[in-house]
Amino acid sequence: MMRLSNEDMARRVAQDIPDGAYVNLGIGMPTQVANFVSADRQVIYHSENGILGVGPAPEPDKIDPDLINAGKQYVTLIPGGCYFDNSESFAMMRGGHLDIAVLGAFQVSATGDLANWATLSQTLPPAVGGAMDLAVGARQLFVLMRHNAKDNAPKILEKCVYPLTGAGVVKRIYTDLAVIDVTDEGLRVRELYGDNTLEEVQALTGAKLLPPLQEPSAH
Amino acid sequence: MINKVCDSLKSAVADVHDGAVVMIGGFGNSGIPLQLIEALRQHGARDLTIISNNSGVREEGIASLLRDGLVRKIVCSFPRSAGSVWFERLYEKGELELELVPQGTLSERIRAAGAGLGGVYTPTAYGTLLAEGKDTRIIDGKGYVLETALHADFAFIKALTADTWGNLIYNTAGRNFNPVMASAARITVAEVASIVEAGGLNPEHVVTPGIFVNRVVAQEEQQHDAA
Repeated sequence: MMRLSNEDMARRVAQDIPDGAYVNLGIGMPTQVANFVSADRQVIYHSENGILGVGPAPEPDKIDPDLINAGKQYVTLIPGGCYFDNSESFAMMRGGHLDIAVLGAFQVSATGDLANWATLSQTLPPAVGGAMDLAVGARQLFVLMRHNAKDNAPKILEKCVYPLTGAGVVKRIYTDLAVIDVTDEGLRVRELYGDNTLEEVQALTGAKLLPPLQEPSAH
Repeated sequence: MINKVCDSLKSAVADVHDGAVVMIGGFGNSGIPLQLIEALRQHGARDLTIISNNSGVREEGIASLLRDGLVRKIVCSFPRSAGSVWFERLYEKGELELELVPQGTLSERIRAAGAGLGGVYTPTAYGTLLAEGKDTRIIDGKGYVLETALHADFAFIKALTADTWGNLIYNTAGRNFNPVMASAARITVAEVASIVEAGGLNPEHVVTPGIFVNRVVAQEEQQHDAA
C-alpha cells in the first residue's frame, strides 16, 4: 500500500488551503502545512495566544521572547499582521471567523467527533489548551493524522473511545492512506493515494467508508 | 494627584494574604510577570489559588510557587508542558487541586467577571467531559455550556510601558491574558519595563485603560541567574 510520509501529508493538506484564507494550524504535524502552501497564495495564520499573520521562525539574533506561537516556539509577524489579547483571539475562533483549522487527532468518529486532548491514561495529568474552542469554532475543521496508531489500531472509528474534544465537528480527514470527508451520509472517501483500494483502506478503518463519488460505476 | 507607581516589587505584593485568589498573566514565558511572581514567592503568602494559562516549567515562575508549597489550587488550561515537573509532582501526590478550563473559556470567564456578568453560555466543551455537571442549554439549535465568572483578589500582569495613571501598552504577543485579567481582580498590579508620565502614551495606542490598574511597578535590574 502507498503510505504518505508526514511531510507529504502536510503537503497534501496545503493544496486545499485557498488563497486569502484565515487558518489556524495545530501543534505538531499541522504546523508543517505552512511550509507547503504555494507561494502564489496569501494565507493568514492565526495563533491562539493573540497573533494574526504568523511568519516563519526568526533569525537567532532577531528573537523577541514575547513573540511565540501556540507551541511556544519563537515566530515572526508578517507585514500586515497584528496582535490582540487572548479573549479576542478566542472570539475569532468561537465566532466562526477562521476559515480553516488543521488539527491532529487521536481518534475521529464516523459522525465527525474529535478526540485529541486526552487518552484513557490515568498517569498523565490532563491538559486541554485551546483545542475545544478551535474544534467548535472554525468554519472547516480538517484533521491531519496517520491512519492507524503505532500499534496499528484504527484511529477512525464508529465511536471515539477517548474523551471527546468536540462532537460532530470534523469536516475532512487527511491520513497517510486517503482523504476522507465527513458527510451526512457517513464517511466518504474523497481520494485514495497511489493504487490504494477502498477495500485495503477499509480493512484498516474502524468505521464504514463510502466509495468516492467520482469513482466510475461498474456498468 | 493620581500616581499608581509603586516604589518596589516588594511593596507591590505586600498585602497578598493567605488564601488569596491570584491571576497571573502570560502564555508560556510570553508576557509573564516573572519579577512579581518572584516577589510573591519571597512574600510567602500560602494556600493560594492561582489562575493562569500554564503552570510554569523547571523552577521558573509559577513552578517556583508550586515548589515552595504556596499553592493549594490551580485554575489552568494547559498545566502540563515539557518541563512542568513541579505541577506533575504535586498533582500526582494529590497535593494540588486542578480546575481544568479550556483556554477560550478561561479568558471568557475572566472577561465576564471584569464586565460584571455572572457567566457566559459557550459552545466550547459541549458534549465533553469538561461540561459534566454544568448547566447546558440549546440556543437556536446549538448546544451551549454555562460557565460562571472567574474573579480574583489580585491580578499580576506584565506590560511594556505604563503611565502614572496605569494606562498600559504591551510588547507583541505578550499581551495574551494580561488585559482581560486586569479587569477581573480587586487589585491589579502591572509589572512594566518602563513608566512615563500621564499623557506620555498615545491614547489611540492604549490597550488597557488605567481604570483597571491599581499599581504599576518597574522591573528591577536583576542578575540573570533566576531561581
